[in-house]
Amino acid sequence: MSEPTVVTHPLVVGPVGPGCKKVDPIVIADGVVRRFGGNTAVHVEHVEVPRGKITALIGPNGAGKTTFFNLLTGFDKPNEGDWSFNGQNLGNVPAFKVARRGMVRTFQLTKSLGRLTVLQNMLLGATKQPGENVFTALFKPLWKSREEEITTRADDLLARFKLDAKREDYAASLSGGQRKLLEMARALMSEPELVMLDEPMAGVNPALTQSLLGHIKELKNDGTSVLFVEHDMHMVRHISDWVIVMAEGKVVAEGPPETVMDDQAVIDAYLGAHHDTDLGDMIEQKSVAERARRVEAKEASLADD
Amino acid sequence: MDFLFVLNNALGVALSPTTAAYALAAIGIGVHFGYAGLLNFGQAGFMAIGAYAFGITTLTLGFPFPLAFLSAVVASVVFALILGIPTLRLRADYLAIVTIASAEIVRYIVSTTGLSDVTGGASGLSAFAGSFQAMNPLPGGSYGFGPWTYSRAEFWVFLWGWGLVAIATVVVWLLMRSPWGRVVKGIREDEDAVRSLGKNVYAYKMQALVLGGVFGSLAGVIFILPRAIQPTNYATTLTFFTWTILLLGGAATVFGPIIGSMIFWVLLVLTEGVIGGLVRADIITFISTTQAGQIRFVLLGLALILLVVFRPQGIFGNKKELSFNV
Repeated sequence: MSEPTVVTHPLVVGPVGPGCKKVDPIVIADGVVRRFGGNTAVHVEHVEVPRGKITALIGPNGAGKTTFFNLLTGFDKPNEGDWSFNGQNLGNVPAFKVARRGMVRTFQLTKSLGRLTVLQNMLLGATKQPGENVFTALFKPLWKSREEEITTRADDLLARFKLDAKREDYAASLSGGQRKLLEMARALMSEPELVMLDEPMAGVNPALTQSLLGHIKELKNDGTSVLFVEHDMHMVRHISDWVIVMAEGKVVAEGPPETVMDDQAVIDAYLGAHHDTDLGDMIEQKSVAERARRVEAKEASLADD
Repeated sequence: MDFLFVLNNALGVALSPTTAAYALAAIGIGVHFGYAGLLNFGQAGFMAIGAYAFGITTLTLGFPFPLAFLSAVVASVVFALILGIPTLRLRADYLAIVTIASAEIVRYIVSTTGLSDVTGGASGLSAFAGSFQAMNPLPGGSYGFGPWTYSRAEFWVFLWGWGLVAIATVVVWLLMRSPWGRVVKGIREDEDAVRSLGKNVYAYKMQALVLGGVFGSLAGVIFILPRAIQPTNYATTLTFFTWTILLLGGAATVFGPIIGSMIFWVLLVLTEGVIGGLVRADIITFISTTQAGQIRFVLLGLALILLVVFRPQGIFGNKKELSFNV
């Protein structure tokens, strides 16, 4: 790295830098390459995602973040490379099996199922349902008890995400932000170990952003690891424990959110893509972040009451 | 023109075994399209597979009715697997293309002269219902009343036809209220979303394809029991009749296909009777009686278009749940 001094961090074994080893990784990817024609969209030499933390995957447009997401979750096949989740190799494992192993994702363009009700969307997220077998489905007594269990869980989650009033409505009637919430709540139905959120804040109004941030933090408190793709640096600073920066398909920097933005590679990556980014915006963002932090502290104290 | 006669005919057809066969075929594509979002434009192929499997195993292999019936089921399962294995991983449109082509391939194979010994070639098969009628436990005489009067043999077919429709309806209802139905309806809308929740989308689509295909195949058996097997019956028009029935009643509904089939057949017979009667009575002079028979199919096409444009959810459907953006 361009930094002359060796930086260390409690999450990391050895010096901090792109591809650094983590103390307790949940995902380890090695040599993952995805080419579209002659264009190499993703070329990740080595990256590890820490367990039980909130990790942000950032980078300018076209950096390959979403493609990398799709590869990890089995929605796309790499040309080369291996990766493991919880020590299990996940290369060439189909998407539905990835999800069953406890690595559940959401999508950049929300995929709430509009013609199912909110509750049905939630129940779809639950695993180990005997009624999903075509033969046992015919006999309600065989799946009734599991259905009741997951309905209870769904109601709890809906209440937590403040969607309980919409329980019986078709998901198509929800607002864009509510759909994001629903998608996230639905992903939690399977009690995943790692939740992967692809731009959870895109198109969400500021009020709802705060509540989404809160939910992501809650996930961490429950022991779930989170990996999310985001553009909004304010949000990244606000909630993430670790930041991985991608540019042109490669991991160019890693580090805690407080320092990673000072990395020369990150500045190059961002300024290279956004010549018009005003430094004033960065400063303003900081003050916005400060304000948001204060607002949240206030909310938290109110919630405690 | 004897209007009472026309009306009697029209009411009679509402409960005929042929109406039951069409209803059953429509229940099949209801499972495919209405619930799972699979575009099967080859239901005529499934019906042909069922009819010929039944006819051939009865006549060539001498199977008794239960075995021949089972053969029709097995044949349609195999046909569904052959169609599904290469196409269900692809986008929905590919299944539509493959099914429409496969149904035509089936029709050409069964009508080819080289296979006349087995399939009867262009003249088809007949006299295969002996074993079926030999099982008939009903005493002689006639059954029913008014327009719905049947002979002993007809009533036996009637019982099987509507019995199978009832069973299929109950099976579909049980499945669609279950978590299995929830997964399938999710797939109809967005496969990737369902996949991301840990469901094996491919397996569910295959199960839906097989289930609807078996209903189509049994519809083929019911359809031929009162008549002979004619390869010309299994043209693409048959597929689109079943689609009209399905969309008329409502694609994702339990009773839609049954009511749709009844309305379809009553209207078809009614318009034929009325237009034909008016032509014969010289009230309509610019078309012949043959043309009168054909004009109702023109009207049918028009009805299908109007239905899709103005009431895509059908008579019973819920517009919120099903419109045409599959």
